[in-house]
Amino acid sequence: MDEKGLHLLIDEVKQGRVSRRQFIQTMVGLGLTAPLASQMLTYSGVAQAQAKSTYKPTKRGGGGALKVLWWQGATLLNPHFAIGTKDQDGSRIFYEPLAAWDTNGDLVPILAAEIPSTQNGGLSADGKSVTWKLKKNVQWHDGKPFTADDAVFNWEYASDPATASVNIGSYKDVRVEKLDSHTVRVHFQKPAPFWADAFVSTRGMIIPKHLFDAYRGAKSRDAPANLKPVGTGPYKFVDFKPGDMVRGQINTNYHEPNRPYFDTIEMKGGGDAVSAARAVMQTGEFDYAWNVQVEDEILLRMEKDGKGRADITAGGNVEFIQLNPTDPWTEVEGERSHAKTKHPLFTDPAVREAMNLLVDRQAVQDHIYGRTGVATRNFLNNPQRFRSKTVKWEFSVDKANQLLESAGWKRGSDGIRAKDGKKLKLVFQTSINAPRQKTQAVIKQACQKAGIEIEIKAITASVFFSSDVGNLDTYSKFYCDLQMYTTTMTQPDPEIFMDQYVSWLVATKENKWQGRNIARWVNDEYDKAYRAAQSELDPVKRAALFIRMNDLIIESRTVIPVVFRPRVSTVSNKLRAPLSGWDSDFWLLKDWYREA
Amino acid sequence: MGRYFLRRLLIAIPSLLGISLVLFTVLALAPGDPFEELATNPNVPAEVRANLRTQFGLDDPVAVRYVRWFSSMTKGDWGFSFVSRVDVDKLILQRLPVTLFVIGSSQLLALLIALPIGVYAATRPYSLFDQVANTFAFIGFSLPTFFTGILFILVFSIQLDWLPFVYRSDIAETGWRWWWEHARQALMPIAVLGLFQGASWTRYVRSAVLDVIRLDYVTTARSKGLGEIAVVVKHVVRNAMIPVVTLVALQMPAIFGGAIVTEQIFRVPGIGSLLISSILANDTPVIMAVTFVLSCLVILFNLLADLLYGWLDPRIAYR
Repeated sequence: MDEKGLHLLIDEVKQGRVSRRQFIQTMVGLGLTAPLASQMLTYSGVAQAQAKSTYKPTKRGGGGALKVLWWQGATLLNPHFAIGTKDQDGSRIFYEPLAAWDTNGDLVPILAAEIPSTQNGGLSADGKSVTWKLKKNVQWHDGKPFTADDAVFNWEYASDPATASVNIGSYKDVRVEKLDSHTVRVHFQKPAPFWADAFVSTRGMIIPKHLFDAYRGAKSRDAPANLKPVGTGPYKFVDFKPGDMVRGQINTNYHEPNRPYFDTIEMKGGGDAVSAARAVMQTGEFDYAWNVQVEDEILLRMEKDGKGRADITAGGNVEFIQLNPTDPWTEVEGERSHAKTKHPLFTDPAVREAMNLLVDRQAVQDHIYGRTGVATRNFLNNPQRFRSKTVKWEFSVDKANQLLESAGWKRGSDGIRAKDGKKLKLVFQTSINAPRQKTQAVIKQACQKAGIEIEIKAITASVFFSSDVGNLDTYSKFYCDLQMYTTTMTQPDPEIFMDQYVSWLVATKENKWQGRNIARWVNDEYDKAYRAAQSELDPVKRAALFIRMNDLIIESRTVIPVVFRPRVSTVSNKLRAPLSGWDSDFWLLKDWYREA
Repeated sequence: MGRYFLRRLLIAIPSLLGISLVLFTVLALAPGDPFEELATNPNVPAEVRANLRTQFGLDDPVAVRYVRWFSSMTKGDWGFSFVSRVDVDKLILQRLPVTLFVIGSSQLLALLIALPIGVYAATRPYSLFDQVANTFAFIGFSLPTFFTGILFILVFSIQLDWLPFVYRSDIAETGWRWWWEHARQALMPIAVLGLFQGASWTRYVRSAVLDVIRLDYVTTARSKGLGEIAVVVKHVVRNAMIPVVTLVALQMPAIFGGAIVTEQIFRVPGIGSLLISSILANDTPVIMAVTFVLSCLVILFNLLADLLYGWLDPRIAYR
C-alpha cells in the first residue's frame, strides 16, 4: 500500500465506512505497530477512541492484599535511575506518567487531563511542540498539589547529564515550558513525528519537585526519597528492601473515583520464572507473576490446575536470525566481520534465499515456543489477531535444493554442496537457552537435507549479550556466519527499533561494537527512507516509509525473522489486570481488581 | 592463653589484607559493570553509562580504587551498592536477621539430629538402629539441597497444599498469627538445610564416638560400675566432641553467609541471595563487603575452635 492508498483508507475511517479497529488491523498487517497506526489516525483528525473501562468495583479499597511476584526484585525506586524493567515496575506502583500506552497502542491519559491532538490544539501544526494539559486536583502522597512545576522539574532533572538519569534520551533534546499552573508545552528542536516520548509511559514517570529539588545533578544519590517514594499513584509507600520486597498501601486520596481496589500491595522479588508461575497457577500464593519465560508446555500443564492462567500480551519483540554480510573469518584492520569485507558464501543471493526457505518457523512455533513464540515473516510485529493474511513465508527443502543446484552449488561426495572450491559450511551461534538450542537443531536438520552443513555454537547468555570489548563471543561482534537472538522494541514507535539497519550505526571496533546495526547490513535506499522518516511529519508518508524499510530488510534475506515473542505473565483466575505490550505491567495498576 | 589469642589476632591482619586484595583484584579484572543492561537498551545514550562509571569511580586504576575502598572500610564506611545506591551496611543489616534465623535454626536442627542419633548409633554399632540411621544419613547427604528443596515444594506445597514456598520477610499479621505464618514458611527451608547438614554430621559424630568408645578408659569406667548414661555422656562424648567442635565451628560462618541455592529456591531474602544477585549484577561494593565479612568470620571461628579445644581437652596447650 502506498501513500495514496493510506490517505484513502484514512478518509474512509473518517467517514465511518472503515472502523478504527479495521484500520489498525490493516496497518499491522503491513508491518506497522498498532501505536503508530493509531497515531496516524490522531494526526489525520480521527478522534482517539475512548477505551471503555471494564473496571467494576464501586467503592475504593476493601480488596485485601494484592501479592505480585517478580523473579527479579526491584532494586531501586527512582524511575530516573531504573536499570531494568523490574525497577520501572517497582516505581510505577507509586509514580505515574502523564499518559500510558494501552495494548492497542493508544495513549491513555493518566496525569494528563486529555491526550493532545490537533483538534484540541495540543499538537502544533509545524510539529515542533506539544501542549499537555495536566489533571487538576491531583495530590502527591504527602498532600502537596501536583502542578506544571513538577513536570518542568522532571525535564530539568532528567536532562542534566550530572544526574545520569537513564531517561536523559527522552528529555535532553526538548525544552519544556510552563504555560500556566496546569499546562506545559514541550518544544522540539525539529518537527517531531513521534511526540509522545517525554512524560509518557515508563520514561515519563514524574517525581515531585518539592522532594527532589535539592538533589539535582551529582547530589542525586543522596535524596532520601530515592528509597521512600512519594508519588501520585494508587498506592502509597510503606517499605522497601532492595531486591526483595516493595510494599505499598492504598492511597485514599487517589485522583480517580473508586480506585484503587486493593488495600495493600506486595511486590516480592527473587527466585526463578518456573516457580513464580507455580506460585500463581498451582498454589495460588500469589496473584500475579511477571515475565514468565517458561516453555509453553509447562504453562499449559500448570493451567490445568485451574487456579491461574497465562496472559500473553503481544509487543514488538522478535526472535530472528542474521546472516552475516561481512567476512567473520578474516581479520581486517584489527577486527573480524569488518564492514568493508564480503561474506564468502552469503554474497550469492541464492544461498541467502535457500537459507530463508530452510527455516521452518511453523515447526519452531508448534514444537518449541507454542503460544510464547508465533511464526512470523515480519521484522515489525503485533498481536496475532491483527496478522495480515497476505504476508507469507515458506519452508521448502526441495525448493532450496533446486535453487542451490541451479546456482551452481553441487553436492560433493560428503553430501555438502560446494562451488569454486568453497564448501557450504556455516557456523551458527546463539545464547544458551533451551528453546534456542532446539531451534538451532531444527534449522541444522533442514540445512543438512539441502546440502548445507551447520556447525552449532551456543554461548552463555551473560557473555553473548555483554558489551565486553575483550570478548570474541559477544553478539555485537558477530564473529560468526549466522546468529539468532531476540531484539526488543522498548518503545511503540519504530524509529528507535528500525535504526538497527542504518549504515551510520554499524557495529565496529571504532565504536566499541556499540553500534545498533549488528547485522552490518547496509543499503542506500534504507538509509534514505530512514532519514526521511525521521523528519517526515505526515504520519501517513512516514508509515509508508517504515513499511518500505521492513520490506527492504526482509527482501534482502540477510535477516530471517523466526517468531515474535509476546510477553507472558501468569495471572490468578480471579484477578482482573489490564496489561499492555507497550508499557509497564503496572501501566493500569489503578484498575486492577479481584472478582468475587 | 591471652598472649596466644593476641598473637593469633595479629597474624589474622595480614591474611585479611591479602584476602581483600585478591578479592578486589579478581573482581576488578572480571568483565562488565553494573550498568551492562543499560548498554543494550537503545533508549539510553552511551554517555549515561560512561557518566555513571566516572561518577562511581569505575574508570580509575585498580590500585587507586583498592586504596580508596580500603581506607574507607577501615573508617567503617562500606560504600554503597552501585545497583540500588543504598549503603552496603544497610543492605546487609536488612538481610541479616532472616539469614541468622533460617540458617541458624537449620544448624541447630542438624545438631539436634546428629548428636543423639550419631552417639546412639555408635554405642550400638551394626545394630538395626545403626543400619537404618546410616542408610538415611547416606541418602541425606547424597541428595543435593536443590533437589530436596524442589521435592519438598512439590509434595508439601503443590500436592498437599500445606505450606507456602515463597518466603516473605514482612508478614502483615500480628500476635500468634505472625509466629504461625513465620513458622510455616520457614519450615521447609530449615528442614532442607538442617536434614542435609544433619546427615553428614551424624556420620561424623558416629565415627568420632566409635573411635573413643573402644578405648581402655571407657572399659575402666564401665568396670567401675558407672551407669551406661554416665559413661557415654561424661566420658565418651566429651572426648569424642573435639573433632566435631572443629567441624561445627568452621560451619558457623556459613550461618552468616547464607545458603545460596536454598535461598534462591524458597526466595529467602538472606545474605546468600544478596551475594548471588550482586555477583550477577557486578555490584562490586556489595560483593566485597559480604565476602570480606565472611572471611573475617572464617578466621575468627577458626580461632574460636582452637580455643575450644583447650577447654575440652586440657592436654592441649597454647604456645
